[in-house]
Amino acid sequence: MGQLAAFIVLSIVTLAAAVVVVGSGNIVRSALSLIPTFLGITGIYILLQAEFVAGIQVLIYAGAITVLILFVIMLTEHGSGVRFRQVNEQVPLGMIVAGALAAFLIATFVTTAWPTSSGALPQYTASGVGTTFMTNMVLVFEATSLVLLVALIGAIVIARRER
Amino acid sequence: MVSWPLEILKAIGLAAVIFTFLAVVAAMFGVLLERKIGGWIQSRLGPKHVGPQGLFQTLADTLKLLQKEHIQPRAADRAIFNAAPLIVAVAGLMSWVVIPFGTLGERVLVVRDLNIGIVFFAGMASMTVIGILAGGWSSNNKYSLLGGLRSASQMVSYELPLGMALVAVAMEAGTLSTVGIVRAQDGWFGSFVFRQFPAFVIFLIAATAEVNRVPFDLPEAESELVAGYFSEYTGMRFALFQLGEYGEMFAMAAMTATLFFGGWKGPILPPLVWFLLKMYVVVFFLMWVRWTYPRYRLDQLLNLSWKVLLPAGLVWILITGYRITF
Repeated sequence: MGQLAAFIVLSIVTLAAAVVVVGSGNIVRSALSLIPTFLGITGIYILLQAEFVAGIQVLIYAGAITVLILFVIMLTEHGSGVRFRQVNEQVPLGMIVAGALAAFLIATFVTTAWPTSSGALPQYTASGVGTTFMTNMVLVFEATSLVLLVALIGAIVIARRER
Repeated sequence: MVSWPLEILKAIGLAAVIFTFLAVVAAMFGVLLERKIGGWIQSRLGPKHVGPQGLFQTLADTLKLLQKEHIQPRAADRAIFNAAPLIVAVAGLMSWVVIPFGTLGERVLVVRDLNIGIVFFAGMASMTVIGILAGGWSSNNKYSLLGGLRSASQMVSYELPLGMALVAVAMEAGTLSTVGIVRAQDGWFGSFVFRQFPAFVIFLIAATAEVNRVPFDLPEAESELVAGYFSEYTGMRFALFQLGEYGEMFAMAAMTATLFFGGWKGPILPPLVWFLLKMYVVVFFLMWVRWTYPRYRLDQLLNLSWKVLLPAGLVWILITGYRITF
């Protein structure tokens, strides 16, 4: 009962903030509304007892990514004062695509047989996540690291184009 | 099963307790201490006239701030302008959830012993930036915006060394829980200030930068930026920014005591007294530095983070890993 109430409250927070993100005419408000969205999702992670993922979600998404986005907006000349429309003239087409996607997703969720009890929950997820990264998932982990490194070097190359 | 209404009531009660503790011990007493120590270091007397030895000076200041008119710039973004001080204050408050104050019999005095304790702490420290950035931007004042941007670049840079130091400590202790970390430290030489000395130095420098204090106080450099991101704030909203800032600073000091000085542990005196003693030693150190050293330049500040602290942190994590494994 309490879990259901918590889930509903968190969903409302997440969705209401998400509507502001895609609907607001002010880009800084859009960016700031990402924070309640991320925090709502964090709450859902906690409900699912994935506390390590929840902590990382706050640290990386709410703390770092949003700050980065805000930083970029505020450093752009006239970037933060412009009012703009987030919708164009393709409203009927967009509604059809969104409706189709929603129908597809809902159909998938309904028809999938979700395993509800696959063993006990691990007591301590942080070390479990770490062990998995270094054993079964080492290739994925290294490939992701490489992608991030390439992105980092690319950013430095673009930023240093003064000469 | 957990009883939800009871849990929510408990949470509200504890929030009130932490808020009171923070407002009294950290903000009010902290500001007084800051001014007294500042006076002592500069051969002045500091506040002296309100109450015995100026003890009620901050109380009087708070009462004055509470009465002040709340002024809002006409071109400010209303909602964000009003929300920003709340974000800073709440983030400063939330950091205290995972800090263990001591023991009472068998029970550890901590709001919640989260098993992701220090990740949660780092997350809350990073939430402060958003409040500062939002306040700086929404004031619609170039000095506020510059202060906000400086603070964002500084805090994002110093979050990494801070995280590195936390990772090294967590590796040595084998847990992310703050209570677990205190339990992992035994005796004088078992405390992590000896076993993790490089991590301690990195943490202390990064923590000073995270809470925007001298020598890293560029976001509010009064000689350049009026008052930085809170130039346009008046009355209680200004006080909330101050509360958040001092709350964050005391939380950093408390975290240093917990991670490196063995938290509540110590002989003879009760655990709570030991904890407060250790915390105030770190607070005193931060204030001592503030009144002694000049401010860094922005490029020096970023160089220190990216070229010194970050590589040092990575190397120390490698060494710690080697020591633990072999």
